[in-house]
Amino acid sequence: MNIITTKNVNAYYGDNHVLKDITLEIEQNSVTAFIGPSGCGKSTFLRTLNRMNDYIDGFRKEGDIIIDGSDIYDKSIRVEELRQKVGMVFQKPNPFPKTIFENVAYGLKIQGEKDKSKIAHVVEESLKNSALWDEVKENLNKSALSLSGGQQQRLCIARTLAVQPSIILMDEPASALDPISTAKIEELIAQLKEDYTIVIVTHNMQQASRISDKTAFFYMGDMIEYDKTKDIFTHPKNERTENYITGRFG
Amino acid sequence: MNNLQKNRLFDTYFKYFGIACTFFGLVVLAIFLVNIVIEGAHRIDWDFLMNLPSRRPQKAGILTAWTGTAWILGLTAIISIPIGVAAGVYLEEYGKKSQLATIIEINIANLAGVPSIIYGLLGLEIFVRVLNFGGSLMAGAFTLALLILPIIIVATREALKAVPSTLRQASFGMGATKWQTIWYQVLPASSGGILTGIILALSRAVGETAPLIVIGALAYVPFVAKSPLDEFTVLPMQIFNWASRPQHGFVVNAAAAIIILLLITFIMNGIAVYLRNKWQKKVNW
Amino acid sequence: MKKTSEKVIEGGLAFSALITILTTIGILWVLLSESIGFFQEVSIIDFLTDTQWTPLFVQKHYGILPLLSGTFLTTAIAVAVALPIGLTIAIYLSEYAPKSLRKKVKPALEILAAVPTVVYGFFALTVVTPFLQTFIPGLGSFNAISAGIVMGIMIIPLISSLSEDALFAIPKSLREASYGMGATRFQTAFKVAVPSASSGIVVSVILAIARAIGETMIVSIAAGQQPILTMDPRDAVETITAYIVQVSLGDVQHGSIEYKTIFAAGITLFIFTFILNNISYWIKKKYQEKYE
Repeated sequence: MNIITTKNVNAYYGDNHVLKDITLEIEQNSVTAFIGPSGCGKSTFLRTLNRMNDYIDGFRKEGDIIIDGSDIYDKSIRVEELRQKVGMVFQKPNPFPKTIFENVAYGLKIQGEKDKSKIAHVVEESLKNSALWDEVKENLNKSALSLSGGQQQRLCIARTLAVQPSIILMDEPASALDPISTAKIEELIAQLKEDYTIVIVTHNMQQASRISDKTAFFYMGDMIEYDKTKDIFTHPKNERTENYITGRFG
Repeated sequence: MNNLQKNRLFDTYFKYFGIACTFFGLVVLAIFLVNIVIEGAHRIDWDFLMNLPSRRPQKAGILTAWTGTAWILGLTAIISIPIGVAAGVYLEEYGKKSQLATIIEINIANLAGVPSIIYGLLGLEIFVRVLNFGGSLMAGAFTLALLILPIIIVATREALKAVPSTLRQASFGMGATKWQTIWYQVLPASSGGILTGIILALSRAVGETAPLIVIGALAYVPFVAKSPLDEFTVLPMQIFNWASRPQHGFVVNAAAAIIILLLITFIMNGIAVYLRNKWQKKVNW
Repeated sequence: MKKTSEKVIEGGLAFSALITILTTIGILWVLLSESIGFFQEVSIIDFLTDTQWTPLFVQKHYGILPLLSGTFLTTAIAVAVALPIGLTIAIYLSEYAPKSLRKKVKPALEILAAVPTVVYGFFALTVVTPFLQTFIPGLGSFNAISAGIVMGIMIIPLISSLSEDALFAIPKSLREASYGMGATRFQTAFKVAVPSASSGIVVSVILAIARAIGETMIVSIAAGQQPILTMDPRDAVETITAYIVQVSLGDVQHGSIEYKTIFAAGITLFIFTFILNNISYWIKKKYQEKYE
């Protein structure tokens, strides 16, 4: 079942045409990777899915983006609710300068949840689901900034999970991390797939081939090819895809 | 002496001149302070702090003056802090590109350059007469609040600017509204800088005399103010009053009162600087 | 509903910001309305040309010139003190001093600006004047020069800080070119750095002038309350600001012409500081793009 459908999406920063006619569908409970060279539009496209581009001056979009049956740019949609359903993990870990507990509980707090035991329970579950619980369970009141980079990123994942989204967008989540932390994140993504739909932007092709079910290759604002990951990497249909994958440019 | 030697000589002379100038101001201030302490320190005792003013210098005290200063400090803070921080938040987080915000910005820059006595004239007409507060603490506090508002607004904006956008993005990404992001994340993260600015602004208000004279703070107040509608005096005003009297006893009193005022000023500034350093260390994004 | 509360909050914040506009409108309205009343009774020619200011005496004259001369005399002395010292400090700190010294000195100088002006006034009256009297003949106990000097000391950090920032903003490459040709620091400072930073330095001086013109307590305590048209710094003078204080301390009937004089004086003061502040703002804007 397709949870995300986009049709003829074009996007502009001022006069700059940054996304050209993107049409694709993403299945529920899958991992989809967006790959492509710097500046190809993959991050921009990712951010149209949770409307984080709304904050950029001069951003304009055409076309439809339908998530879970509704057009997310419709006037009746409350963007805050959208972002609770579609969570985001950023490239550089950005935990709040608060305690570990407060970070994970933040999402519930802004929804008005006051039940302390419920909050504590959700915090624990989310930390468990992001494979961080064992490392921090004794120190929930320590500052989040005292954690290592890899731990901070898992904390950011935990805080996203706490609001129970159905889709998680990840914008190069491991690019600022060391190889061991990266491996842990990738393991986590494989587990999360069972309960969430994941879309991940990455410039690391090996990572894409390791963890994703389907891959979309972007180039200069166009989506060149979108197929099962196995097929994209073993016999790509488009010459540009092949050139990127084999490292002829990038 | 050839050219090179001449140039070198000028260079060296200027260096020493530069050092001399750098310390000139501070040395002169030090002389003033020593003089003040010699002149007035011995006068400070419990009676001096707790007595009402009097026509006889030996009996006069600063009770009404420092209680007045405390009142003014409190009332001005209550009025100016919410308005100043709110305005700073609006200009930095909401109004950024609008025409209105630019006009307000230019206007604030202008207001910061208006002499404080003009604020006194404003307060006299609007707060004392039109709104009928009379020459009361209320009128004084409102007048001073308007005076220091630009300082608080600018300090708030600087502190908010220092908060990195990634913090706001993380909060928005989780579905928080703009105000939730500001209230739960941005303001707490910038609180150190804002607090520093507030304390500096209030310390300025404590030392202000001219606007309060104009709105009618009295030179001679033989009672302690009990409500914001009472007439009042403040430490700088008392100092001004005593400094204008010929009797030597009042000069001594003025010196003693100055020591108290300077203590308050330096402590407030010291706290502000301490907070600013502590906050800057904490927030090394 | 959340959306309405967000809008209400934004409205409240915007209103707070608008209060600053209301303040300006208030100042303008207050000054204009009373001044218009004043100028209905006193001709503007008299105001600008009469050499006597005696609204509180029996024989009333309303010429602002004595107050202007008092203001400008004290201001000129203040700038004469602050400019050379402040600029020298700025040049020394940016061209000569080690960085560590610069870091310590800058906040220390700010202390000069933090002292309440009434305290400075007291110093001028009780320390500076007696000191000057020991070698300046004919110096009264109230005089322009003591007040001017102390005002100058107070505004040193204004000139030194802003000028130093202006010098600091000059790209290193300009200085390196000069040093590379064998120039001393002194020559580089005065032939290269200062001319390049001139707009920033000029701005600092204009702001210092505006600050001195608006200063009240130092001149009220130490310069005197006699509006005399004079250029002799040994004389007692009265500035615009000191006059307003003088009237405020007394018993003046609201609505009387004497009452209105403080607004006429006030609007004169306001016009000067407004013009100065805007000139400096304009200069800053115009030359800011230079190095960007």
